Amino acid sequence: MTASQIIFLIVAVLAIGSAIAVVTAQNLIRAALWLIAVFFWVAGIFGMLNADFIAVTQVMLYIGGIAVLILFAVMLTRKVMHEPGSRYNDNLWLSALLAVLVLAGILAVVLPVAWPTLQTADVSGNVRALGLAFVDKNQYLLPFEIASILLIAALVGAVAIALPTKEQL
Amino acid sequence: MTDFQTIDLLAILPEIALTALGVLVLVLDVTWRGKIRQQLGVVTAVGLFAIAALTAVFTYPAESQLLYGGMMRHDLLAFVMRLIFLVAAGFTALLSVDVDNLGRRGEYYAVLIAAVIGMNLMAASADLIMLYLALETTSISAYILAGFLFNEERSAEAGMKYFLFGAVTSTVMLFGFSLLFGFAGTTNLYQIGTTIQANSLAITVIAVLVLVGVGFKLAVFPFHFWSPDVYEGAPTPVTAFISTASKAAGFAVLLRVFLIAFDGTNLQSASNWLPLLTSIAVVTTSLGNLVALTQKNIKRLLAYSSIAHAGYALMAFTAIQSAPVQAEAVAAVVYYLVTYVLTNLTAFGVIILVAKNVGSDDVAAFAGLNKRSAGLSLAMLVAFLSLGGIPPLAGFVGKFFIFMALVKANLLWLAIVLAVNSLIALYYYLLVLNVVYNRPVAEGATEIQVSAPYRVALTALCVGVVVFGVIIAPFYDPITRIFDLVK
Repeated sequence: MTASQIIFLIVAVLAIGSAIAVVTAQNLIRAALWLIAVFFWVAGIFGMLNADFIAVTQVMLYIGGIAVLILFAVMLTRKVMHEPGSRYNDNLWLSALLAVLVLAGILAVVLPVAWPTLQTADVSGNVRALGLAFVDKNQYLLPFEIASILLIAALVGAVAIALPTKEQL
Repeated sequence: MTDFQTIDLLAILPEIALTALGVLVLVLDVTWRGKIRQQLGVVTAVGLFAIAALTAVFTYPAESQLLYGGMMRHDLLAFVMRLIFLVAAGFTALLSVDVDNLGRRGEYYAVLIAAVIGMNLMAASADLIMLYLALETTSISAYILAGFLFNEERSAEAGMKYFLFGAVTSTVMLFGFSLLFGFAGTTNLYQIGTTIQANSLAITVIAVLVLVGVGFKLAVFPFHFWSPDVYEGAPTPVTAFISTASKAAGFAVLLRVFLIAFDGTNLQSASNWLPLLTSIAVVTTSLGNLVALTQKNIKRLLAYSSIAHAGYALMAFTAIQSAPVQAEAVAAVVYYLVTYVLTNLTAFGVIILVAKNVGSDDVAAFAGLNKRSAGLSLAMLVAFLSLGGIPPLAGFVGKFFIFMALVKANLLWLAIVLAVNSLIALYYYLLVLNVVYNRPVAEGATEIQVSAPYRVALTALCVGVVVFGVIIAPFYDPITRIFDLVK
């Protein structure tokens, strides 16, 4: 095993461990803090893939923006901060068994496959390349534009649902 | 960087026009006050039909080609599907105008238009990245639409359920996409197709993962659990839209992904997943029809019936396992979708009006509808007989083409399953019609007023159902070429 593989395994375990902590934490604030940890380790994985720009974006947007927003939302709605109910229900072991079985099944099939490996590309200046790819007609222009339509639709919908209608329309 | 050519713009002309229409609706929403807001839905509908006409006239693909660096494909499948989505959305907008808290809100129409943009690109995309974005554009818009009446508990629940189910299935599908990318080393569906091998367990597993996401869109067993609750809780025009256009979009993805990326035209490769699809089709159809028998709520009844209809179309698709029938199988799927979309929209149109008048979605609310509105009961008759597959209505022709494809592909047992299921389905459709025509009118019930947009929409839909059942060749012949052109 090479050094980068070992580092990847450590980061991956930390990311998944934090993700488990998000859903098992009793206190919502703690869950939100664990979520920040998840975002951080995922940013680490991006960094290891030479996608440094995405790693930085991940930290800035998800930790700096979204996670803080979630924390605010939780703190402003005090009632839900100390939820007394259990995190688990009767289906815990059944679903755990099912999840393990599915994972084992997928691993058994996927591991023996000889995966094609991509050539390591020259990644110097890849922020510029990324920027150009988004506006190049023959690369990612169309998905880029559709992503903006998706976001606007989500925004309009969120406002329409969340804002109480004053007048009966 | 290369310059734009006419074909590049023509290929996304419907989407450009739709974006403009969405902006227009949002602007009108802010500027229009008072009674004129009723026209928001009419503006949207007229816009959508105009774009459909524009699409039909200007974007007919002279030759199939990959555009935008292989992100989308300009071909007959995308062309036909786009027309289905645009027309379905146009009718949905017309059928929304009188619905309380929905029909006079610009945001509702804007999100509806965004969903159509997503569907159009679902049908056209030829790349995993593009496909996923288009799928999410459609799905997220649909979640919002289902939960649009957030103050009503049932609508909020429908939106939430739809969202949770959709988020999980789309994640599983994305996992499948990532494996497919790792397997083939490319995200382009057409290049992936060349790397698919026969008898590969890995491909089967990937196909199952992808099928989770597509199956959710189609609402086929075992990914159908959301549909009765969402159909019942969502505002009825939204139910009409989700059960028709969204399902058709799912089939567009199914056709392109399984025929191209999973190399379904090659029988060896198709054997990786065809048995699975066949069994899903059989179980879906039978389960949908059997459970529909016991439903008392008309929206739940149509939910289970639409599960069954997805099963029929899936059966038609499985006929691709016989090489000479492949073109016919694909044509049968598409023709069936056209007939099903028109028919189901008609049924939901009537339900919207009756439910608004009576305040209930129960089948019992339809008692004596023929005495309260002759026109509505006629529309109901046309819709339900077409769903049941009675000639000369569209539903019959759709089923007939599926039956023919199955028989020609030597899948006699599937054809028999189809016939038996059609009989079961006909029974519960006729039960509803029995309530409409033979039950006494409830006391105090008045005549149901049908406003102009609804009259236009229902008349056009009924005419459509009859036309697609009588004049078949001009529509069917171009559709048979989809298969050759999609390859």
